[in-house]
Amino acid sequence: MQLSRDQLLSAYRRMRTIREFEERLHVEFLSGTVPGFLHLYSGQEAIAVGICEQLDDDRDYIGSTHRGHGHCIAKGVDVKAMMKEIYCKKNGVCGGKGGSMHIADLDKGMLGANAIVGGAPPLALGAALSAKLLKTGGVAVPFIGDGAANQGTVAESMNMAAVLKLPMVFMFENNGYAEFTAASYATAGSIEARAKAYNIPAVTVDGADFFAVYEAAREAIERARNGGGPSAIEAKAYRFWGHFAGDPQRYRAAGETKELRENHDCLKIFADKVTQAALLDQAEMNAIDVEVMQLIEDAVAEAKADPQPDPESLYKDVYVSYN
Amino acid sequence: MPIKTYREAINEALRQEMEANDRVIIIGEDVAGGAGGSAGGAEAAGGVMGITAGLATKFGRDRVIDTPITESAIIGMAAGAALTGMRPVAELMFADFIGVCLDQIYNQAAKFRYMFGGKARTPLVVRTMIGAGMGAGPQHSQAIYPMLTMIPGLKVIVPSNAYDAKGLLIQAIRDDDPVIFCEHKSLLGDSCEVPDEPYAIPFGQAAITRKGSDLTLVGISRMVKFCNEVADRLQKDGISIEVIDIRTTSPLDAATILESVKKTGRLVVVDEANPMCSVASEIASIAASDAFDYLDAPIKKVTAPHTPVPASPTLEALYLPTPDKIEVVVRDLLEY
Ligand SMILES: Cc1ncc(C[n+]2csc(CCOP(=O)(O)OP(=O)(O)O)c2C)c(N)n1
Ligand SMILES: [Mg+2]
Repeated sequence: MQLSRDQLLSAYRRMRTIREFEERLHVEFLSGTVPGFLHLYSGQEAIAVGICEQLDDDRDYIGSTHRGHGHCIAKGVDVKAMMKEIYCKKNGVCGGKGGSMHIADLDKGMLGANAIVGGAPPLALGAALSAKLLKTGGVAVPFIGDGAANQGTVAESMNMAAVLKLPMVFMFENNGYAEFTAASYATAGSIEARAKAYNIPAVTVDGADFFAVYEAAREAIERARNGGGPSAIEAKAYRFWGHFAGDPQRYRAAGETKELRENHDCLKIFADKVTQAALLDQAEMNAIDVEVMQLIEDAVAEAKADPQPDPESLYKDVYVSYN
Repeated sequence: MPIKTYREAINEALRQEMEANDRVIIIGEDVAGGAGGSAGGAEAAGGVMGITAGLATKFGRDRVIDTPITESAIIGMAAGAALTGMRPVAELMFADFIGVCLDQIYNQAAKFRYMFGGKARTPLVVRTMIGAGMGAGPQHSQAIYPMLTMIPGLKVIVPSNAYDAKGLLIQAIRDDDPVIFCEHKSLLGDSCEVPDEPYAIPFGQAAITRKGSDLTLVGISRMVKFCNEVADRLQKDGISIEVIDIRTTSPLDAATILESVKKTGRLVVVDEANPMCSVASEIASIAASDAFDYLDAPIKKVTAPHTPVPASPTLEALYLPTPDKIEVVVRDLLEY
């Protein structure tokens, strides 16, 4: 599967945007300006972008997690409005009422980050059911961590998706840890094998390799759109930071994250591949980097300057109508 | 007497009961932490808030059990173990996650004794973190004790300070019924005098934290702290407020509340939970039924509004009852 230059540039821009967004947020968080909890997606960009580049805004849906910024950016949620939401400001995507763990943008097919581990897969079933009944040709993609994979909701959702032949791609991101506990301890057997036990076609790919994710996602999405039912992808992932910003990571060997950044950085791997194959040149990517830096700079400045939510908004939108 | 934080008091209660009885075990996510990690697998967290720190190292991982993320199985396993000879203390990290495992609590553990004709004992404790104040957003900040208080078969504990946290948790572990122990996340660092030796505080006994004669303020969990603050402020103006810390919502010490209301003639209930079908409503209804002739003014509630908890710290501050909001209501009621 050969991607066009525009597709490659777009994928690179999205991955770089996620990385800069997260790295900058980390700095801002440590300086004390960001409220609440923050779970950074750095290192996993190729997974969100590898699948979301092939999803449509209007008919395809994703369900996300507590580590949701990357999924949101990959699905096209406005970066500046996201930043404002993380700062809990008035013009944030959710008016400041959701924060980092609840960024949602239904117009972009983004069903919400989710602070309940395992919360999204059943909701994605619903989006897939709507797509099937409304014949939109749409696909629903829940993102699921190695930790979340152990929730009953995930097993229930895979079974239901298989039974109803729903157009879905279960996108597992196995970054080896759930909080401070390793997947090698907490996640028995293999995630790929769990999906296969439901007769769901499943593959395992290197989540640092954009092209591997892209190809697996392409097949799975095609199957879903053609009425072939759900698929699952287990992407081996690399979490560059701790569970949350500020996590001392006592459970990780010294040097582990450094090694990940050196050898499993999806941006470096992407750049190497496209330059070696003479698909893009480094200067083009450098130019994108400069633009992205500026975008993030502006997003942070605008978020800081944005007003606090209006006090009355506390009482608004509990219901559509209450009578 | 030594000064300890709420967090340390809970840790000490767990440690002392584990020392006293080897059937006491801890089950939860990252209650030790570090399992399977590249650092070698040693305890690396002791709970997300460090409350169980050191216990896995001291008692071993057979008794301090890290689980996968799977709340139904955690609570169900703890309930089943309680039914069959163990005394598990399960940790439900944030009370909001109760949505994932409510069946094991509501239809299972709470009902065993009654529906099995009195044959079962379920010495289960579920420790869980409640409350707003940390900008943690709509799914990590709720005060969900009302929905547990309405379930027959459960005991629900809401300690407001370190001393009570230790004594009530020890009682919870020794108790033969399922107990939900609600720790307020904004109280974890608060400290007071806490004896080193183990002690149990019986359930269903409210504490009078300020003596007074003009008005009764009833508080729940963190709100007791705010009530005390208001009482101290008003005392400077010669106003005498009695503050009652109910300590347990089920069983509820109605007698202490009624006695106070009969004396003061005025009642304000302060509750961080949403206002409908709440513990505050229950207390108001008890006072209205059983102290009606003594009331000099309507009963008032100061609660969160009927909305989710917003992520924005600005909105969250508006959401929560505060000493200032309580003071306004109290002063109004005194003029009634
Ligand atoms: C129902 C529920 N249980 C526990 C938590 C606390 N928690 C938040 S993230 C997390 C770990 C999730 O691990 P994983 O699914 O592997 O995702 P990752 O953090 O690695 O992206 C836990 C236990 C939660 N938010 N919701
Ligand atoms: Mg993980």
